[in-house]
This record gives sequence, C-alpha cells and structure tokens, in this order.
Amino acid sequence: MNALAAYTLRLGDDALILSQRLGEWTGSAPELEEDIALTNIALDLLGQARMLLTYAGEVDGNGRTEDDLAYLRDEREFTNCQLVELPNDDFAATIARQLMFSAYQYELYAALQHSADETLAGIAGKAVKEVAYHRDHARQWVLRLGDGTDESHTRMQQGLERMWPYAHELLEDDGVIQELKGVAIDPGELRPSYDFVLGVLAEATLSRPEIDWHPSGGRQGMHTEHMGRLLAEMQHIHRSHAGASW
Amino acid sequence: MTDDRREWPLWEVFIRSRRGLAHNHVGSLHAPDAPTALRNARDVYTRRQEGVSIWVVPSTTITASSPDEKDSFFEPAADKVYRHPTFYDLPAGVQHL
Repeated sequence: MNALAAYTLRLGDDALILSQRLGEWTGSAPELEEDIALTNIALDLLGQARMLLTYAGEVDGNGRTEDDLAYLRDEREFTNCQLVELPNDDFAATIARQLMFSAYQYELYAALQHSADETLAGIAGKAVKEVAYHRDHARQWVLRLGDGTDESHTRMQQGLERMWPYAHELLEDDGVIQELKGVAIDPGELRPSYDFVLGVLAEATLSRPEIDWHPSGGRQGMHTEHMGRLLAEMQHIHRSHAGASW
Repeated sequence: MTDDRREWPLWEVFIRSRRGLAHNHVGSLHAPDAPTALRNARDVYTRRQEGVSIWVVPSTTITASSPDEKDSFFEPAADKVYRHPTFYDLPAGVQHL
C-alpha cells in the first residue's frame, strides 16, 4: 500500500473505530440529551470515516470500497491508534478521550485543509467544523465534571489517568508521514492540541497525570485486547450475510 | 422533593428556521445550565438542519395562562368578527393578501 493510501486509511480507521465505540452509548448515556449528543458525534465521525476509507480505496488502486475496508479487514490490518479502541469505561473516561482526541483531530483537520492533496484538503475542510463542536462538547463536560463535586472531580481525574497514556500515539511521527511532505501533517504542527488539553485541565482544576509509560503500535496494526471484540460486533452482520442490503 | 434534587432543570427551546422570521417553540429538554441547554438543544432539535438560531429559556420563568381562565381570557373574542379585516372588496388583480 502506498503512503497516501496508508495515511488516509489510518485517519479513516481512527474515525471509524471511535464512531463504533461512541455508538455504544446509544440508550445508556447519563441523560437523554447526552445520549443524542454522543451519537451525533459518532455519526459525524462515521461520515468522515466513509469519505476517508473511500478515498483510501481509490488511491490504493485495488478496487476496495469503503465497505470492503470497514468490514473485510482483520485486526492486524487496522491502523487506528489504540486510544480510540479502548472501552468507553466510565462516562468521565469517555469524555477524557473525547477531549484529547477531538483536540488532536481539530488541529489535524485545520492543518490538513491546506494539504497539497486536494481530496484530503476537501474532507478536512468539511470535518474541521464538526470537530470544533466535538472539542467544545468535551471541554464543557471536563470543566463541569472536573470543577464540580468531589465525586465528579475524582472520577474525571480517574478517567483522564485511564486514557492519558494512549494519547501519546496521536503525536507520533513515522515513515508514512515523512514520505508525504506537504500532504500529511507533521506531528510537530499538532502540538497546540496538547497545549489546549493542558489549558482545559488547569481550568477544570484537574492535574496532568504523572504517567511516563505509553503504549504504541496501532499504526502498525498492533492493538489492545479490546479491538477483536469491537471488530466482531462491527463486522459480523456483513460477514454473515455477504452482500445483504435493506 | 428530595428525589427531584438530582434532576436537571427544564428548559424551553425556540428555534428560528432558515426561512422563518420568528423563533418558534419546538419543545423542551433538561440541562444543568444555560450553555449546556443551548448545546443540548443544538443536538436534539437542529440535527436535521431545522434551524439557524436557538433560544433556550428556563421553563420556570414562563408565566402561563391558566385553563381555568380560558373563558374570561379567550371567549370574549369569539363573537367579534369585525376585528378581522374581512369586510373589504378586494380589487381584482391583488393576489397575495
């Protein structure tokens, strides 16, 4: 797979897998209104995933459609970061992930709008407006939970500690990015996303987790134990009833 | 009332549609504060492009007329047809009146 296809695919996989995770909140978020908010965000991400996977299939040149890529690849072929596949855990942990991931995705798409690749630039231009809302949604919750009651503060801090190590992978550099100068975004440009998260934590009276270890490998197809189960749920209908439609 | 302590307050939502001139009442929702109410309203009531502007108002600040007062409030208007401008002959050619 060429670098452009690989890069587009990993962005699409991030959006697809997080969409699947957020969809699990359907019917079980703390409030009806929040239920709808999270699933709206999941649908935004699914829309991004569809555009990115379709484009990845085109530039890969093997005739694979978005459905082929979403439903017919196995775990080791998915190149999403591990952060997005982690279980939702506590609502506060979901929100911690939303803060870190949407801060990252916001800077990514904002920069990618000026990519030399016109299709990626177009997708980013549409998506950045959606992600601006996702980031604001997460920020509002982190502020309320962090600077809320003792209970909400404790659980927000715990959620943050749970997700924190996995955010490191978002800003990793590798050969695929280096090969796509002017097209892909250098992780150095995404540094403001980290500063944004730190700013929200300070405002929410939360502390930056003192955790030094950080997992890695999602971009190479190495995933956590949770990924297989997620894929099974996402793919089994399509695989059991190939070509079915409704 | 102790059970209600954990319930978020109720807000009334008004949306101005793309072509509309006025904000219309579309429903209500629960939210802990005004900024969250606005965002919840965005998610619940505008995800199918229903609007371009949102108002949220705490339900408790609305003073409503009482069903008991229905007769004295609204009945007297029922037989005053002369308050409707329906007694004019329209010139031919006027189409949008």
